[in-house]
Amino acid sequence: MGEKLLMKGAEAIGEAAIRAGCRHFFGYPITPQNEAPAYMARRLPEVNGTFLQAESEVAAINMLYGCAAAGKRVITTSSSPGISLMQEGLSYIAGSELPVVVMNVVRGGPGLGDIAPAQGDYFQAVKGGGHGDYHLIVLAPSTVQESIDLMQLAFDLADKYRNPVMMLSDGLLGQMMEAVEFPGFVDIEKLPKKPWAADSMQGKRSRNLVNSFDLLPEGLEVMNKKMWAKYADVEKNEVKFEEVETADAEYIFVAYGTVARIIKTVIKDLRSKGHKVGLIRPITLYPFPKKQLLALAENPRVKFFLDIELSFGQMIEDVKLSTEFKKPVHFYGRQGGMLPEPNEISEVMLKLMKEAK
Amino acid sequence: MEQLNHMPTPLMDIPRSYCPGCTHGIIHRLVAEVIEEMDLLQKAIIVLPVGCSTLAVDYFAFDSVQSAHGRAPAVATGVKRALPDRFVMTYQGDGDLASIGAAEMVHAATRGELITTIFVNNGIYGMTGGQMAPTSLMGWKTETSPYGRTAQANGYPIRVSEMLAQLNGPAYIARTDVVSVPGINKTKAAIKKAFTAQIKGLGYSIVEILSTCPTNWGMTPVDALKRVKEETMKYYPLGEFKVAEGL
Repeated sequence: MGEKLLMKGAEAIGEAAIRAGCRHFFGYPITPQNEAPAYMARRLPEVNGTFLQAESEVAAINMLYGCAAAGKRVITTSSSPGISLMQEGLSYIAGSELPVVVMNVVRGGPGLGDIAPAQGDYFQAVKGGGHGDYHLIVLAPSTVQESIDLMQLAFDLADKYRNPVMMLSDGLLGQMMEAVEFPGFVDIEKLPKKPWAADSMQGKRSRNLVNSFDLLPEGLEVMNKKMWAKYADVEKNEVKFEEVETADAEYIFVAYGTVARIIKTVIKDLRSKGHKVGLIRPITLYPFPKKQLLALAENPRVKFFLDIELSFGQMIEDVKLSTEFKKPVHFYGRQGGMLPEPNEISEVMLKLMKEAK
Repeated sequence: MEQLNHMPTPLMDIPRSYCPGCTHGIIHRLVAEVIEEMDLLQKAIIVLPVGCSTLAVDYFAFDSVQSAHGRAPAVATGVKRALPDRFVMTYQGDGDLASIGAAEMVHAATRGELITTIFVNNGIYGMTGGQMAPTSLMGWKTETSPYGRTAQANGYPIRVSEMLAQLNGPAYIARTDVVSVPGINKTKAAIKKAFTAQIKGLGYSIVEILSTCPTNWGMTPVDALKRVKEETMKYYPLGEFKVAEGL
């Protein structure tokens, strides 16, 4: 850790990726994340890295595929419509078990939508997005600093599980400037070796094949079973979440990303008025903190959950499944780039508390 | 009995699953021979397409990356930018390269990406069962142009080599055939030049190879070879369309 810098979210993630040992960026312009590629275009040549503006998001994600197949840490940043175009590539990357990191600075949708913060891409990120039976590992930072801190983890998880990792950010986190601190530089030479990479034989081994294809059903099922065994490990080992004031809470907010940050203000306000409210904030959206939510649902003290999202209800499905319908799960959402005010959320909570009594 | 020729080292010595009379076998062998002769085997990475030649994931005895339909030039770009000192090539059919992968092909070419494309043009989709390709000739009857390709309904076949020759990025562009012995020999020479363009860092290189699809053309292998000579070559003239200085 060094000095504090005032930095825009989209630029900070670029620097964080470089410090995490990434020297390759392929991407295509889209608002609200254009500061990230611009930063990388300036910065990567300084560290002997490669920046390339692709002809489309379709091409960009396939450049990631090739770069990861060759054994290098690689990232792209994009926003919702661009991420939609990358779904084909992400499916191939998952099927071929390649480590890449993709940052989605989510904007309003569907369609062209707008360029304001939103969380409407939860289903796409968490439930698969592209074709076939696979998962992305999905990390959801709620501050610029956390975007930096999670970047190293994103690359490490991608390498460890040979699986694409998505950082699910939003337009607010991408555009906001905050004081941040960066970790030191990862020593690229000391990163774990990738003996599976198609980096040419170099007289040392027989050929490597990077592939998601097997015409024989028996063979493909075996390939996919191996992937799902990996997901079982991910679910066992990699769940991350934050709990705020849950120790004695009777009413639990569930929220991720930017919204969770607003709710921290709400909790202070409601606590000051004597209401026992808390927050559970999933940091990994896949794997989802199922056990922690269930434990709270099974606690007789807890009356209900209130899920808040910048969508009209996506993560709530996972909250309901995790809590096994043992306690009511209420919902409040804003859409189209509208952000809820803290007092707006307080009112929703107070009304529900009244009704529950 | 004396074996007069051996399987080139860059090719697996196993049976191929291609149809009788298919020319992929010949083209695989030419690629492998040139890789062996230019001593590229240990630094070679091939990016394979979606189409009949996806089957080549089992055939080339050096590092291989299987890519999504049409995306091979983008994948190869990623490989080459990661490892600039390696030899990187794509192997693509005409549906893959000229239709769904048109954007990736054009932009890899105009960037002068230091990769080589072997473009196998038989004017039809093989693996999916004989649909019309952007390269199918006027009048050709296919599964999806059962009354014959017409300008009104389908427009005109794309001449990829001529189109790419307009760009500054490519260093070598040639169209050859594998329907006769002289054609096969010229194809091998063109592949060698294309690989040399990459090794010398001159730019993007591509060899468009006119080939057959007896199965989906509904022809015997011999009639299919004749069709290339009598029809295909008339619309797609053979020759070199770009040869950079220094080649």
